[in-house]
Amino acid sequence: MEQSSKSARESLATGAGPYFGEFGGRFVPEALIAALDELDTEFQKAKVDPEFLEELARLHRTYTGRPSIITEVPRFAAHAGGARIILKREDLNHTGSHKINNVLGQALLTKRIGKTRVIAETGAGQHGVATATAAALFDLECVVYMGEEDTRRQALNVARMRLLGAEVIPVTTGSRTLKDAINEALRDWVTNVETTNYVFGTVAGPHPFPGMVRDLQRIIGVEARQQVLDLVGRLPDVVAACVGGGSNAIGIFHAFLDDPEVRLVGLEAGGDGVETGRHAATITAGSPGVLHGARSFLLQDDDGQTIESHSISAGLDYPGVGPEHSFLASIHRAEYRPITDAQAMDAFRLLCRTEGIIPAIESAHALAGAIDLGRELGPDAVILVNLSGRGDKDVETAAAWFGVLDAEPGVVGQDAVVGQEAGDTL
Amino acid sequence: MSALTIQSKTADRLDELNGAGRAALIGYLPLGFPDVPGSIAAAIAMVEAGVDVVELGVPYSDPVMDGPIIQNAVEHALAGGVRVHDVFAAVEQIAQAGAPVLVMTYWNPVMHYGVDAFARDLAAAGGAGLITPDLIPDEAGEWIVASDAHGLDRVFIVAPSSTPRRLASTSAASRGFVYAASTMGVTGERTTLGARASALVADTRAAGAARVCVGLGVSRPEQAADVASYADGVIVGSALVRPLLEADTLAAGIAGLTTVTAALAAGVRSAERTIRT
Repeated sequence: MEQSSKSARESLATGAGPYFGEFGGRFVPEALIAALDELDTEFQKAKVDPEFLEELARLHRTYTGRPSIITEVPRFAAHAGGARIILKREDLNHTGSHKINNVLGQALLTKRIGKTRVIAETGAGQHGVATATAAALFDLECVVYMGEEDTRRQALNVARMRLLGAEVIPVTTGSRTLKDAINEALRDWVTNVETTNYVFGTVAGPHPFPGMVRDLQRIIGVEARQQVLDLVGRLPDVVAACVGGGSNAIGIFHAFLDDPEVRLVGLEAGGDGVETGRHAATITAGSPGVLHGARSFLLQDDDGQTIESHSISAGLDYPGVGPEHSFLASIHRAEYRPITDAQAMDAFRLLCRTEGIIPAIESAHALAGAIDLGRELGPDAVILVNLSGRGDKDVETAAAWFGVLDAEPGVVGQDAVVGQEAGDTL
Repeated sequence: MSALTIQSKTADRLDELNGAGRAALIGYLPLGFPDVPGSIAAAIAMVEAGVDVVELGVPYSDPVMDGPIIQNAVEHALAGGVRVHDVFAAVEQIAQAGAPVLVMTYWNPVMHYGVDAFARDLAAAGGAGLITPDLIPDEAGEWIVASDAHGLDRVFIVAPSSTPRRLASTSAASRGFVYAASTMGVTGERTTLGARASALVADTRAAGAARVCVGLGVSRPEQAADVASYADGVIVGSALVRPLLEADTLAAGIAGLTTVTAALAAGVRSAERTIRT
C-alpha cells in the first residue's frame, strides 16, 4: 500500500551498477573485462529465468533452511532502553551465516557459464566455508585465499573448508588479512579466468559484483520486512547491520530503501577506537578512492596507499566498503557508525547471557549498535537487527577476550591466543 | 583535440627505432627500490646498457597485476618511505639519460593526487606518459582529458581475452603504443610465452593500433629476440628487478642489472623482423 504512491523513478532499490551515484565502476586489468562482461550478461539472464530462480528457491528451502526466522529478544532489549529488538536469524542458515545466500546463486551461475573451478577470498572464513560447501555440492574445484593472520584467528573455519575438500591458501603478503586475500584471488583470476569463476563474497569489487551479490542477498530484507509486519503490525523504526564489505547490510537494507520512515544504520568496526587510527570504519573515517576494482570509500593515506585496518572481527577487518553503501551514505539514506571491539564484545556477551544465542563477533557490532539506538529512541522503538552469523568460529577469540579458558585462568586479551596456534595445523 | 595532433615522445622513439630496423627494449623498475636515489641510478644504468624506453613504477600497496618479484621490491620501497611525489624528480633525472620515461601506476595514487595535477607535474618533469594496469579506457575519461591537455602518452593494455571490439576501442584510446599482455596472468619471469602473443599483436594492429609492444613474462634474450621479430617493443620487468633484489649492495645490483639489460638488448637487436603490414 505504501508503495503505490511512489513512482518507479524515485525507487532506490533498482540501482544495478556499474555506478551507484559516483561510486562503483570497473577499475581492473583488461584481462578480466571479458569474464566480468560474461558474468554480468549471464546473471542478467539468470535473474529473470524461471528455471534458475526455481532452482535457487529450492536450494534456499531444502538446503539452506530458508526462510530464516526472526526472534524477538526482550531480555537483551531490557539493556537497550526497552526498545523492541528483533533479530533476523541468518545465523541459523546452513554453514552459519548469510554468506550461503550469495554463494549458492554464484555456484549455479558458474555451472551455467560452464566453468569448473571456483576461487574465493575469505576473512572470517564464513564466505570461504560457504564457497567450499557449494563447491562440494556442485562438484567444483575450490581454492580459498585467506590472510595468514586470519587463518590463525579462524582456525576452525580453515579446518571446515579443508574437510569440505577445498584448498586453503594462506596469504603472506601485506597485512595478511582480507585485503591481501582479495589481491591474491584477483591474481589467480587474471591467470586462470578461462576455467575459473571468482565467487566474490561481498558487495564490493568491480561491476557486476556489487549489484549481483546485492540481488542474491536481498532475500534477507524481503523476508524480514514481511516477518516484522506480521509480528509488530508495522515497519521497524530502524534496521541495523554490521558493515565490512557490506553484503549482509545491503541484503537487509534493500527491501526498506523505499520506506523513508525506516532508518538504516550500518555499524562499522571501530577497532580500538576511530581516534586511535586502529579500526576498520571505512565510511566513518575514510575518503573516496579506488580499491579492488571499485570507486568507493576506503582507508588511505596522503598518497592513496591503502591503510591496514584493524578489528577483533576478521570479517569486518577490511579497509574498503561496497560502492552502494558509499552511495547510500552520500545521499544520507543510510547512516554509518563505528562500534569498538570492546563495545562489540560486551554486546556479544550480553546476547549469550540473556538470550542463549552466541553471535558472530561481526554481528555483535550490529547488536552493540542496537543497544545504543534503543537507548536513543526509547521503549516504543522497534529495531530490526541482522544477526548475520553465529559465533561458533569465534569461541576461541571470545574465550581469550573474556579469559574463560580453564587452561589459562584469568588471562584476558591477546596472550591467550597463543594457545590457539598449537592446534592450528591440519 | 584529436590525439593525432599531440606529439608522443614514446611513439617518436619507437618510430625512430623502427626506421633503424629494430624493436625497442622497454625496461621496468620500481621507484624507491632499493631506495629513491638507488632506483634512479639503476634506471639510468639500464638506459646506458641498452634500454630504449623506461617504465618507472610507482609503488602501490595493492599491486594486483604484479607477481612475487615486483611485489617484493615494491613492498620494500613502501617500507622505505617512498612517496608518490618522488616520481617527478626521478623522471626528470632519468629522462636526462636520453630515454623517454613512462610511469607505470595503479590508479588510486593518481586519483588521490588529482588526475590533472599528476598529468601537469609529470609533463613538467619531462615524463612521456602513463601505463595504467588497472585503468581501462571505459573508466579513463578524466585521464584522457588530462593527458590531451598536457601532451602525455596513455598506454592502455590489451589481453588475450580482449574481444575484437575492445581491441579497437583500447587502440583508439591509446597514445604512444598499446601494451599487449603476452599471456593471461601477472608480471613475472616465464620460460615460455603465451603462444597467443604474436596473434594478439596482429589482431591489435588490425584493430587500428599503430604500435604494439609486448610485456608480461619476457625475461630471456631469446624471448626478447622472438618478440622483437613481430612487435614494436619488448617490455621486461621482473627479470630486471631480480638482480637488484638478489644483490647485497646497490653497486652489485646495478652490475647485475647492466649484464641482464645488455643481453636483452642484444637479443632485441638480433631479431629477424617479419615484414610489417
